[in-house]
Amino acid sequence: MQMDIRLPIGLLFSILGLVITVFGFMTRHAEMYRQHSLNINMNIYTGVCLVIFGVFMLFMAVRAQSKKNKAPAAK
Amino acid sequence: MHGQIQVGPIDYSIMVIYIAFVLGIGFVLKRYMKSSKDFLESGRSIPAWITGLAFISTNLGALEVMGMGASGAKYGIATCHFYWVGAIPAMVFLGVFMMPFYYGSKARSVPEYLKLRFNEKTRGFNAFSFAIMTIFASGISMYAMATLMQILLGWDFNFSIVMSAIIVLAYTFLGGLTSAIYNEVLQFFLIVAGFIPLVFLGLKDAGGWGGVQNRLHAVAAAQGFAPDAWSRSWAHMGSASANPMGIEWFGLVFGLGFVLSFGYWCTNFLVVQRAMAANSMSAARRTPLIGAIPKMFMPILVILPGMIAVALTYQSGVSGFTLKGADGVINYNNTIPLMLGHYLPSGVLGLGLTALMASFMSGMAGNVTAFNTVWTYDIYQSYIKPGQSDKHYLRMGQFATVFGTIVSMGAAYVAASFNNIMDFLQLIFAFVNAPLFATFLLGMFWKKASGNAAFVGLLSGTLGAAVHHGLTKPEGAATLVKGGWLGSIVHTYPSEMAQNFWTASFAFTICFVVTILISLVSKANKTDEELKGLVYSLTPRIKETNVPWYSQPATIGIIVCAGAVVLNLFFW
Repeated sequence: MQMDIRLPIGLLFSILGLVITVFGFMTRHAEMYRQHSLNINMNIYTGVCLVIFGVFMLFMAVRAQSKKNKAPAAK
Repeated sequence: MHGQIQVGPIDYSIMVIYIAFVLGIGFVLKRYMKSSKDFLESGRSIPAWITGLAFISTNLGALEVMGMGASGAKYGIATCHFYWVGAIPAMVFLGVFMMPFYYGSKARSVPEYLKLRFNEKTRGFNAFSFAIMTIFASGISMYAMATLMQILLGWDFNFSIVMSAIIVLAYTFLGGLTSAIYNEVLQFFLIVAGFIPLVFLGLKDAGGWGGVQNRLHAVAAAQGFAPDAWSRSWAHMGSASANPMGIEWFGLVFGLGFVLSFGYWCTNFLVVQRAMAANSMSAARRTPLIGAIPKMFMPILVILPGMIAVALTYQSGVSGFTLKGADGVINYNNTIPLMLGHYLPSGVLGLGLTALMASFMSGMAGNVTAFNTVWTYDIYQSYIKPGQSDKHYLRMGQFATVFGTIVSMGAAYVAASFNNIMDFLQLIFAFVNAPLFATFLLGMFWKKASGNAAFVGLLSGTLGAAVHHGLTKPEGAATLVKGGWLGSIVHTYPSEMAQNFWTASFAFTICFVVTILISLVSKANKTDEELKGLVYSLTPRIKETNVPWYSQPATIGIIVCAGAVVLNLFFW
């Protein structure tokens, strides 16, 4: 395995999620939510979901890495 | 279009973050690219869940996403047949029955398998037609992306072409096939993340699935069909005139479900290459099976939005969404962009646009990486310069990446100036591809099929497709690209789709019969020993003793098939 793909996926989604959540919080009174998304602050919901997914991916990547490091030591 | 979408700085920032990641992945992977095998075959080192997602992602280009949305609006839930009938069975067949021969033989590409199994000319025919096809497919993707960006965001056409070419070139040049596969996985998750909010808001606007169904009754009634013609997938397939697709069940099952879908999923190197990059035989076999699971549910993300859109157009929802332009005409092709612009506020909008951009680019990258492999191994190494060092072929692979991208840019401009030329080329490729599955089916499961028979069979199948297309036309066709160019019209089909399905069916049958007949009268050109590992009856069965029963290919295959059957019955 060359590079664990969960690392870039986790990082990208955590960063995007964070950016979108913060933006959603800052614009929580904005007119655009009434105009576009049926008065739902879609940014906060989507952003939080992205962060959860991103962190989960990062967690899986780190866990796999630490397993790999332990395996040769055990032998 | 209603004009441009309101895009803010936050949306551009999301796009920029994504592009930075794509290039970053390329740079990190660069140091692993030491041999032509690393670059063109990913060193056969990737786990099954990644190749599985890449497998369906390569096919989920933006043209597919937008096309499925448009069809969902135009034909309703019957569009799901492209997934539940036109993909799942073929993917299961590839994983369970065909993958052992692709992965187990020493072939590095689909054309190379044809050489090992049949002969040089069969391979040459496939390699050249495939190489040209991928370049044009990549060019069409580029053209479509530039057009969309121009309409949506007001970007300059040339700027979009050059920008997308540079980004795709950068990451495929640096990280080869691995880079392309990684980005396809990234794209898969982006599409999911960007489209779930869209579907959620659309459903809410229409009052849930029940609300959509009620509105679809009005859609169907207004167009003169039975009320549930948009919301039931099989009930109206008895005759071609009863459903909006204009196709009856036999043409659908045989043409789409068998010939076209098996031809695409089982013999197209673009997708098969993903499975061949897997790190073991078992992973290669599980690749299409794992891909099939999300594939079954893809219609929720790509077809349902179209159905919601057309439902709301006929019976307005709370937010007043409509597909009708200022002139009151429904523009089906813009279904997805219109929904993105209507429902997503700045922020998630950037995410949705990035997902679309990602799928355009990975569509291009997929074609470029398939092209450079076929070019390097099947054309350059076989016909131009055999017997060079591996370093030489690695260089050639990298050069082919640059060369392929530049030629696809050319193809994008060709598409921009002569729309008919593109239609014409796609038609020729359809003729070439339609009979291919017959050749593979006989090659893998009948050891008597001979090299010459396969070649002649392929040619006559291609010719048969052309003749069938020349003698028939879909109702209301205006140009000769649509058919009927041989002068007399023998049959008029109710729709273009019906004509396509039947063209493919004829091509398959002709190739199948001709190959069998010639094989019976000619002598086999390969000994049984040479065909070991290439033909079913001469290859020892694989016993996957180290894999638990629940992750055996046959088990996953059965579960996936059962899932597809349940979906078909549920939305009957």
